[in-house]
Amino acid sequence: MVTDNHISVIDVYNLISDIPDPEIPVITIKDLGMLRKVDFDNDNYVVTITPTYTACPAMKMIEDQIKERLHEHHIDNVKVNLTYTPAWTTDWLSEEAKQKMRQYGIAPPTHSSCSKIFAVEEHIQCPQCKSKNSSVISKFGSTACKALYKCNDCKEVFDYFKCH
Amino acid sequence: MTKQEALYKYSIRLGDDALILGHRLSELCSRAPFIEEDLALTNISLDMIGRAQALLAYAAETEGKGKDADFLAYRRPEIEYQNHLLIEQPNGDFAQTIARQFFVSAFEYLFYIELEKSKDATLAAIASKTIKEIKYHQQHAAEWVIRLGDGTEKSHAKMQHAIDDLWMWTGELFEMDEVDNLLIKEGIGVDLVPLKAAWYNQIQTVLTEATLTMPEDGYMQTGGRKGAHTENLGHILSEMQYLQRAYPDATW
Repeated sequence: MVTDNHISVIDVYNLISDIPDPEIPVITIKDLGMLRKVDFDNDNYVVTITPTYTACPAMKMIEDQIKERLHEHHIDNVKVNLTYTPAWTTDWLSEEAKQKMRQYGIAPPTHSSCSKIFAVEEHIQCPQCKSKNSSVISKFGSTACKALYKCNDCKEVFDYFKCH
Repeated sequence: MTKQEALYKYSIRLGDDALILGHRLSELCSRAPFIEEDLALTNISLDMIGRAQALLAYAAETEGKGKDADFLAYRRPEIEYQNHLLIEQPNGDFAQTIARQFFVSAFEYLFYIELEKSKDATLAAIASKTIKEIKYHQQHAAEWVIRLGDGTEKSHAKMQHAIDDLWMWTGELFEMDEVDNLLIKEGIGVDLVPLKAAWYNQIQTVLTEATLTMPEDGYMQTGGRKGAHTENLGHILSEMQYLQRAYPDATW
C-alpha cells in the first residue's frame, strides 16, 4: 500500500525484519517467526508481533527496537500489537535460523511441535562436537524457550531450544 | 448476571490463580535447593505471570472501566481476589512446593486443553499459548513426585506428608457456580465435572509409580472463588502490592 509519505507496509516490514532477537542475537525476529505482519490502519503502521512464550521478557525490548528503527527512518506513526493467536511454534523457525543457532552454540529444536515432546527430546545433538550422546540437565534453561543439556562426549554444557 | 459480568469474573479467577502461584514460586528465586531447580521454578513462575498478564488484561478490557492488568494485580483488596485456596498455600518444604505444583499443573493441563475449544476467541488463544507451557510444568512436578516418593525413606515420608497435607485444598478445583454455568451454556467456559475423574486418574497413576498412597477423601476446604481466603493471601499481597500502594502508578 502506498501512503502519504510513500512508504509501503512491505518497506516497513523490510526495515524491521533484521532486528535481532535480544536473547539470541544471531537470529532475527523474522527468522524466529515473532514478526507476524505490518498493516496500515488509521494513519498508523501497525506491527504485529507474537511472543515465543507468554511471558517472554524480550517483548518490550523488541517493541522499543521496532519503534527506534522506524524512527531512524522518520516513521513515527507506529503501533506495536501483541497477539497470542496463532500461538507461536518452533515450526516457524527457518532452516537458516536453525543453522545460525547451531553455529551460535544452541541446539535448535529437532521436531515439530508434537504432543509427545518429552519422548523425542532425548539424544539432542551437541552443537559443539555433533555427538548425539547427550543428556538433559534441566528442562528449564537460561530463558523460557531453552532447556539445559550436557554432551557426554565433549563434556560441554549446551542450551537446547525446546520444541514448542 | 450478564454474560459480560461472568466473563469478567472468569478471567479474573483464572488470572488470579496464575498471578498468585506465579508470585509464590517467585519467592523461591535464589532459594531453591539447587541451581537447575531454581531455574525451573522461576521459569514456571514467569510462565504464570505472563498468563496472568494476558488474563487480567482481558478482564480489564471486558469490564470496560478503564482499568488495566496492573491495576487489577496491584490495587484490589484481598476479598476481591478469587484464586483457589490451594494456590496461596505457602511453599513449605520442597515436597510441599512440588505437591502443590503437582496438583495444580495436572488440573491446569486438563482445564486449558478444554478452554482451547472455547467460543471466546481471546480465552481460546491464551489457552492454546499457555497449554504448551503447562505440559512442561506438569512433567516437571510429576517427575519430582516420583523421584521423591520412590526415593529414600525420608524423601518418601516427606512427599507422602505433603500430598496428604494439601489434599483438603484440591476439592475446590472442581467447584462450579453461576459464573461457570452461564459460560458453559455459552460454549465459553469449561465443564469441570468430567475433568474431575480424569484428574483423579492422573494423580493416582503418578502416585502409584511414586509408591505413594492416594489420600482418602475427607472434608474439603472452600472459599477462594468467593474471596474468602486463608491468612496466607494477605501476606502475599502485602509484599506484592507494597510498591504500587506506596507509590501509585510508579514506573521504571
